[in-house]
Amino acid sequence: MPHKTFLAFIWPSLLAMVLFIAVPIVSVAYQSLFIEHEQILITSENCGPFGCTSSVSVDRAAMARLAEEQPAGRYNGLGTYTNSSHLATDEIAGIVATSENFNEIRNRIMNLPFYKALVFTLTYTFVVTPLVIALGFAIAVVVNAIPQMLKGPVIFFSLLPMLVTPLVGSLVLFWMIDSRGIIGAGLQSLFGDPDLSLKASPTLTWITLFTYGVWHSAPFAFVVFYAGLQTVPTDTLESAMVDGASRWERVRFVVMPYLLPLASFIALMQLMDNFRIFEPIIGFSAAASATSLSYLIYNDLRAGNSPLFGSAAATSMLTIVGVVILLLPVLRRNWREFNRKI
Amino acid sequence: MSKPSHRKPLPLALLSTGFVIVWLIVAAFPFLWTMWGSFKVEGDFFSRANWADAITGPVTMRQTGSPFTMAGYEGAWIAQEFWRAVANTAIVTVSVVVISLTLGTLGGYALARSGFRYTFWLLMAALVFRAMPHVTLVSGYLLPFFELNIWGVLPTTIIVLVAINQPFTLWMLHSFFLSIPKDLDESAMVDGCTRFQAFRLAVIPVMWPGVVTTGLFSFLLAYNDFTVTSMLLTQENTTMVPKINSFLGSTQEEGKVMYAVAAVVSAIVPLFALILFFQRQIVSGLTAGAVKG
Repeated sequence: MPHKTFLAFIWPSLLAMVLFIAVPIVSVAYQSLFIEHEQILITSENCGPFGCTSSVSVDRAAMARLAEEQPAGRYNGLGTYTNSSHLATDEIAGIVATSENFNEIRNRIMNLPFYKALVFTLTYTFVVTPLVIALGFAIAVVVNAIPQMLKGPVIFFSLLPMLVTPLVGSLVLFWMIDSRGIIGAGLQSLFGDPDLSLKASPTLTWITLFTYGVWHSAPFAFVVFYAGLQTVPTDTLESAMVDGASRWERVRFVVMPYLLPLASFIALMQLMDNFRIFEPIIGFSAAASATSLSYLIYNDLRAGNSPLFGSAAATSMLTIVGVVILLLPVLRRNWREFNRKI
Repeated sequence: MSKPSHRKPLPLALLSTGFVIVWLIVAAFPFLWTMWGSFKVEGDFFSRANWADAITGPVTMRQTGSPFTMAGYEGAWIAQEFWRAVANTAIVTVSVVVISLTLGTLGGYALARSGFRYTFWLLMAALVFRAMPHVTLVSGYLLPFFELNIWGVLPTTIIVLVAINQPFTLWMLHSFFLSIPKDLDESAMVDGCTRFQAFRLAVIPVMWPGVVTTGLFSFLLAYNDFTVTSMLLTQENTTMVPKINSFLGSTQEEGKVMYAVAAVVSAIVPLFALILFFQRQIVSGLTAGAVKG
């Protein structure tokens, strides 16, 4: 297809992506170099019969004029990146200098908001992704063995956790694990502890969010593996059987290697989706014990009556760097494959 | 499959049947439970006394005189104007699906038929764009949108959702177009069609399954979106998911939490219907990217 025709077909789609994905990234990068204007204060003196009092107030007119002139705020260079709510370079230097052992350093760094969010995001991504693949594979294997007429309904119900809106799905679970809900009350009587609450401790909140993540994404892995199982070559399975392979050995040495490319596809999708975990934190009201990078940005944009654009933009840039690092191996592999094809 | 060597030993059969049943309960029970509970009052759904109250509903019986009540739905839909959010969601999702499919089929077709090196770079850029957390993009929109005075209205949100949807739509449609032989459009062009006529008259008619599947996923993305709609829309223009979230802020009052429960169930029911009718397409869509490799 000549370049001109190609362009004629693709320009609307390209324009939309450039305007609303590429340009915003540039805009975020630009915004991250600026911070909010300092408040312009004016001191006014009120003199009355009992002497003069001076009061300090914000000069709204001057602030509005300033915002008109420089909507992005004042230039701050890389200052936002290194301040205490982002990379916190000074704080870390201080912590390293004053702490006695490695554990203390780790604990104190974990209290900095950016690192707290980063650690949760990465833990979530790398705990949930393998569990999703394992559970999805197990479900696919057992569902593949049930009678044909039952498969449709089973797949129908299996799809629900994945397709339901993440916020709605997490709310449904959140209400059930409430200490007055069925799961919360059930756990209390199971452990004989009437004060047990899944919302109370950070560890339990993390486990709850991980459980939600696996519940939400396992159907995706299940459906992909299930479709893959339909195409496993039967003659290879039969020859393995003739060679005396047991049921488990057939799964381990024939089915699993055959489905390996699918597992890497699921892993890629899951890494991308889990890295941006956000809605469950709102649905489970978990922000006190677990925040993610996306949640930090949302929180900055929601801050009071004036959004912290500079801070949100700096976190966004750091998140984008994270996404690119995460995708680098995939991009390199695709590049090699593409070159081989040509 | 009736050969004896294929038959499972009994313990294994029991174990795998048990596993399927447990999974089904885990997957479906929360939704059924919440649907049932949405017709109760708060005292039953969040029962301090006994969890079984949510099933039988003694407090609901005492307060309203029948074991089922529509109070949550009335409060949410009428008093809190949830219907307005539903109408907005309908406008947003339909527009997003129509526009993204139009742009996506054109673009996906071009990507599938052009062999030049830049198609690879475009597809890789789309992959990176797809991985972007939406909220990072939203933080780039807000300030320009305030400046241009286009913040808070439905058309802006629709365009933004279409754009965010494009990387995924392009990938999916591109792989569907690859499965259609090139000879089809080339023979149409030999017969005197222009490239666009070949696309419209020869390729699109056999592409319908792919278009429907991609449309379903565009619908889900727009319907399920919380990040974009909650940040880019005013209170009056808000869609269902941010509206549900706003109910949660006001749940301190007795009974208000049942508005949220009723709204959540109202948001789930259309998805139930969607899966019921389009299960086959959803499954084929999920695997389209995978099976190709």
